[in-house]
Parts: sequence; structure tokens; C-alpha cells
Amino acid sequence: MIDSPVLEAQGLERHYDIGGGLFRKPSVVKAVGGASFTLTAGRTLAVVGESGCGKSTLARMVTMIEPPSAGMLKIDGVDVSQPVDRDAAKRLRQTVQIVFQDPYGSLNPRQRVGTILEEPLVINRPEMSAAERQDAARRMMARVGLRPEHYARYPHMFSGGQRQRIAIARALMLNPRILVLDEPVSALDVSIQAQVLNLLADLQQEFQVAYLFISHDLSVVRHIADEVLVMYLGKPVEMASRDQLFSAPSHPYTRALLSATPVADPTRRRDRIRLTGELPSPLNPPSGCYFHPRCRFADDRCRAEEPLLIPAAGHRTACHAVEENRLPVEEVV
Amino acid sequence: MPLLSLRDLTVEFATAHGSFRAVDRISLDIDPGEIVAIVGESGSGKSVSMLAVMGLLPWTAKVTATKMEFAGRDLLSASPKDKRDIVGREMAMIFQEPMTSLNPCFTVGFQIDEVLRRHTTLTRAERRTRAVELMGMVGIPSPEARLKVFPHQLSGGMSQRVMIAMMIACRPRLLIADEPTTALDVTIQAQILELLVDLQKETGMALALITHDMGVVAETAQRVQVQYAGQQVETRPVIDLFRAPRHPYTQAMLAALPERAVGGRLPSIPGVVPGQLDRPQGCLFHPRCAHAQALCSEREPDFLDGVRCHFPLDETGRPITRAVEEIGA
Repeated sequence: MIDSPVLEAQGLERHYDIGGGLFRKPSVVKAVGGASFTLTAGRTLAVVGESGCGKSTLARMVTMIEPPSAGMLKIDGVDVSQPVDRDAAKRLRQTVQIVFQDPYGSLNPRQRVGTILEEPLVINRPEMSAAERQDAARRMMARVGLRPEHYARYPHMFSGGQRQRIAIARALMLNPRILVLDEPVSALDVSIQAQVLNLLADLQQEFQVAYLFISHDLSVVRHIADEVLVMYLGKPVEMASRDQLFSAPSHPYTRALLSATPVADPTRRRDRIRLTGELPSPLNPPSGCYFHPRCRFADDRCRAEEPLLIPAAGHRTACHAVEENRLPVEEVV
Repeated sequence: MPLLSLRDLTVEFATAHGSFRAVDRISLDIDPGEIVAIVGESGSGKSVSMLAVMGLLPWTAKVTATKMEFAGRDLLSASPKDKRDIVGREMAMIFQEPMTSLNPCFTVGFQIDEVLRRHTTLTRAERRTRAVELMGMVGIPSPEARLKVFPHQLSGGMSQRVMIAMMIACRPRLLIADEPTTALDVTIQAQILELLVDLQKETGMALALITHDMGVVAETAQRVQVQYAGQQVETRPVIDLFRAPRHPYTQAMLAALPERAVGGRLPSIPGVVPGQLDRPQGCLFHPRCAHAQALCSEREPDFLDGVRCHFPLDETGRPITRAVEEIGA
């Protein structure tokens, strides 16, 4: 059963209504517009993009914090974009857990580590006794590299890396099948980041969890991901396996993103692809391809017609220029 | 003659648990027109040392040094008035969070004008022309119109450009940039770094870049100072540092970068940076060091030949023993 998808998303969309004022018309922001992907047990899908590209909204939909506005989202075979009954929803919520970016803000400062780890069990496993819960919490603590004496400590007594370990332990308490990791290492120092990334890799091996790894750091993504989804302004622009994406990025935005990432090698002087301008406002997105005002290869078709994700050479790319084969073959990475 | 010269700069804070040394005997020279990167993890004292140079620390901080000179003038003995003339004009600093370092109550134009009013004798009209010119220099489109906007109307990248415009308004000789791109997206980060390097080339100012991102260091700096728990552990030209780091901490930190990793697992550094109350004896890094020996836990190494280590690494990454008299057997 390892290869059957634990999560399937088809054309997932999330819109927000921006309320109109006295003199302003109400409008709609499309935070996510049409994302399709699948998650498989024991594999990692990374979602990459800059701020405002809809990565966090995607995480909120997958964790069932917010319902999608359109599209289909199947978790464990059940379509949750349609109303589901309470019992099923409760069961499905346990299959998806999330680890947030900020380990300082996501743990209750007034609860001890033991209480934090046992809370999911108190709520969802009422049949367990207190001793069993404590036992489970202690076993999970050992698993994520926390010492037994940490059980009775408060979050403020821990460093950022250790807090992130607590958050990961809490997310794994209910044996989820999907773990959403929303920028889990971006608040950590390099040496600690390496520890947490290794821990995540070990846990995935052991529990066969599917990771939805949200990040803006391409060097981390390159290390941990199996597949990568690149988003721009709420739209997926390219999806490919890690190796294909990094060795031969096809979408102009992916190329620019890779080229903009600093490389820790001073002997390497590269010609950087310059992206001029800034992200447009999602309230008033450009016509046609959302990326065309910042794209070097934009033509009239790009300005008028929205590109769709089209499979080409192992990638799925939403770009007219790629489809028409008018992009130069560049060595970017 | 170096533009900025620091010897044994130490910053201590009085806390409830006794005095805490945030910066411990740091020495650094920055030459005119040079780009120096100061790297380290959180708590390495990289921001505090530069804030001490700027004189921006609160009164609870005790700053001592055997030498702290800027362009031949002693900053330790300078009167507050003299310091105000240097800070903002000859030496300027930009901060990590552009959104919070601008005053939300005043327009961008007013805030740029304020710097020029304080430090130059230009007339009102001249100041306005200069402000427009500065906004253009940092790549803000339609600068004339943007003078009238408030900070909340700007994106993060644009706010950082405004900060840079303010700070280069008086053509400083030294610009200190404290994590200038950490809060920005990677494509915007590339734009801002390019802008800083271009301005540095154009105006010939020196740039002290505080960062934790080794990629940024590799692409911009000429010389690197690596700090750990308030101490400098290694100071070298950038190419040498990345090719053959001499301090075990630098070596381990470079190896822990995901992009440099070979194979599936990242070589991580065990443990955490020591805090105020759990400072180890001897070398501060020895509990986490892969090459630590008995001496390391007994005696603190001196900073010699650009590295603070009893057993610095050679070209092949293996530790060598320093001269016997230095160890003091």
C-alpha cells in the first residue's frame, strides 16, 4: 500500500472576499488558484515560492483548517472538499498534522512538555489511561532526541532547535499519515537546522509519513524533497522531481529563483538572471500569465492568455514560451 | 590606515544572574572600500559588536576596548556630540527589518530629509533634489512621487531601499548592514545585495555585512570574520575560508550547509551554542568540537594568525599542533 497516494488534490482553489467599504466594491483574492498534486507515504513534496505565493494557504487547506473554495481534496480516499460527517472529519484531522515555522509561538508557554505531548491523546484517545499516555509521550520524546528529564520542563527552557523537536513530537503523537511542515527550519541556525533536517529524514523512514514541506530556501528543498512544486502568486508554475527541477529548471521563474539563491562558493561567479520589479498584488493580478511583467521572454500571447500546466520532458510547466520551445537552453545551476 | 579599528572590544550586560559577556575581546580592522562579512549564529555577538561601534546600545551595556577608532578618531573618548556628528554621516547602519525601522508616522521623503537636515547645510530645495536623486540611486521607480508615501505603503524590498537611501544620504565612509536581506524574498534579496555592492563600488565606501547566510558571504564579501558565542574564532579572506577553513567550528558549519552535503545525511554539530550560565571551561567550542583534546577543556586558546584554536586545521582539514612554547606544556 506504500505507493497509493494518501492525499490527492485536483485544481485546489482558495478565495478570500475582501469586504467592500462605503465607496469600494467588494473583491476577491485568489490566494491559491488551481493546485494539483498527490502525496505518497514516505515521500516528500516541497512547495516553493516567495511570500504571497499561497504556500501557507495551501497548508491550511491540507490540514483542514480552511475548506477549499473549489477543486477536490482527497485525504485517505475521502473527499473533504465536500461536507463530511463529524466522525469522518475527526478521523481525517488526525491523519494530517502540522509543524509551524516559529517554535517560539507554536507551543503554549504555560504547559509542560509532557502536557503538550499528551494533549492530542487526551482529546483523541479517551480510552488510554494516564500512565499509557505518559508512556507514549516519553517514548516519542526519546525518538525525537529529547532527554527524559525534559518531560516536566516548560517551553521557555529550551532553545529553538529543541522546541522544534517538541513541536515535531507533538505532531507525531497520533501517528499521522501526512505531516505538513510550514518552514520548519527557517527560524533555526545552520548547525541546528542540520540536526532537525536529519531528524525529519529519520522519522520519515521510521513512520512512513508523507511530508508536505513548505519552504522558501531552495538549498534545504534540494536536500529533503522528492518532488517540488513551484508556485507564483497562487498559481503552480512548475512541478517536477527534485533532480529534474534542479538540473534543468524549465519555467523562467524557477530559473530566476535558482539563479537568485546565493551559493556558498566564493570561486563561483555567475551571471545572475535579474528579475526586475516586485511581486504584483494578488488583489489585482496581471492579465494572462501572472509572471509576464517580470519575465524576459514574455510576448503578446503571455500577456493575453493564461498558460496551463503542460507535461514536457518530465516537468509540468505552465509557460507559453516553454510550450512553444522558444526559451534558450541555459545552464543555470 | 584602517578606517575602523577595534582591539579587544568587549560588551557586558548586567543581568539578574550577574554580568553577561555578549561580545568577548573582538578585534577587527576594516579598510576603506573593503567588504567585510561578520558571520555567526544567533548569540554570537555579531550585531551587538557593531551596535557598540555605532553607540546604539542601551545604558545597561558596558562597552570596553583597548582601541576603538574610526578614521583615526577615538570613539571611546569622543563626546556624545562628536559621536552624533560621525554616526549617520560618516558611519551608517541599516537593519534587518526594514518595515519596523522606518517611522510609520512620517512620509519617506520627510525621513530622508531629516538626515540631510541634521548633517548637511543644504537648502530646502537642494535637499529635495538630493532626496529624489537618492531614491533614484537605490532603484525606486518614480522617486518624485514616492517621497510622499508612508512606510506602510511600501513592500519590504522597497522599504529596505528607502533605508539604504537614508543611510547613504551623507556619503558615509562605512556602511554597516545588519542582516539587510534576511526578511526579504530571495529574488528581492538578490536585488538588494547587488544594489549594496554597486553602491559600494560607486562611492568607495567600506561595507560591514552582518549575516548568518554563508551563501551571501560567499557572493559578496572579500574578508570574513566568523564569531561564536561572542568570540571571534576565525578571520580570513573569503576564498581561503571556504577552501580550507582553519577553525573546527567554521569547518563544521560549512559542512552542515545542505548545499554542500554529500550523501543523504547532513553532518550536524552536536549540542547547542552555550548560553550565559553554561559556559564551558577552556575553549568555548570544545564540547561540540570533533577534534577536541584534553588541553581544549583546560585552557582557552588565544587568537593567533587569524584563528582561535589550540589545534587549527591544515589545508587537508586535519588538526595540527601549535608550537610547544605557545601551549605552555
